[in-house]
Amino acid sequence: MIVQIALATGFVLILIGFYGALTNRNLFRMIIAFTVANTGVHLVLVAVGYMDGRTAPILDAAVPVAEAASRIIDPVPQALVLTAIVIGLGITALMLAFAYKLYEKRQTLDISKFTELKW
Amino acid sequence: MIKHVTAMLLLAVIGGIFFTLYSGYAPDTELNTTASYYAENTAKDLGATNIVTAIIVTYRGLDTLGEVTVLFLAAAVVGLVLANSKVADANAHNRAPVGELLATGSRALVPLILLLGAYVFVNGHLTPGGGFQGGAIVASAMLLLLLANPVRRFSHRLIAVIESFSGLTYVLLGIAGLFWAGGFLDNRILPTGELGALFSAGAIPLIYSLIGLKVGAEFSSILSNLSETEEL
Repeated sequence: MIVQIALATGFVLILIGFYGALTNRNLFRMIIAFTVANTGVHLVLVAVGYMDGRTAPILDAAVPVAEAASRIIDPVPQALVLTAIVIGLGITALMLAFAYKLYEKRQTLDISKFTELKW
Repeated sequence: MIKHVTAMLLLAVIGGIFFTLYSGYAPDTELNTTASYYAENTAKDLGATNIVTAIIVTYRGLDTLGEVTVLFLAAAVVGLVLANSKVADANAHNRAPVGELLATGSRALVPLILLLGAYVFVNGHLTPGGGFQGGAIVASAMLLLLLANPVRRFSHRLIAVIESFSGLTYVLLGIAGLFWAGGFLDNRILPTGELGALFSAGAIPLIYSLIGLKVGAEFSSILSNLSETEEL
């Protein structure tokens, strides 16, 4: 059940993010929308690795080494998402820096004012 | 108007794809082959109790090196893009001085936050956490200082030294694995020790601490670069 809730929330967050990025004209709002979509992707990935009745992939008193394979959830998506979060932060910082630079040049954050590459 | 309609159509298509994925999803009941290999062999081979850490630092260590490189590139490009901006003069705006409470409070909190960050990355092989999380916590201490006093400046030189030192040592440890253990970034250049002890899992705590320092330095450099831009 919890998997379905997490999956649905993740997909909805991705859609909200895409909606924000497609309909907003302000660069900062678009960047925020992308981070929302990013969070949704993380949620979906983690949810895919989840299994009912199992625990975190850390061996301790509750998870003896011999029974690890039947007690833990899939550790691979978690490792993937850890990577994705860090890269997502780097990308957000890059987008913010570019947005700052564009504002410095044009004194506007409205993306419809940037028409050089438009056809 | 027409743009909104196109956007909505696109979203409807993506939403349809998502709905198909969602309704057809059945959770696994057994670990797949890769995951069960990691579950069964991590403790025996590497001596780490946190399997996610074992995957990130050793099994997929090369990917993590690449990831740290990507993060470094992002930080470097942020610095490059903002380099030609006029640097905000600390005295340009007659700001009200930072209040006593804020200044003292942030100075009291920063060492504690740094300590928590160091704890998180040193214990990465035992508890949930590790270099990336610890590095982010370390950088959050820098963020607190910047929020408390926006005109504060950090030493770019110190940040660069920490970052280069940890990055270089990380690669050297990886190369040491080629000679004294099974391959690049193999953690068994040091004894794996007793399962669950702080000094165990070979080079994993060492490598993850270096990653923590490097990530903390990279995030701090991004933060300070962004904060040093002039108010427009």
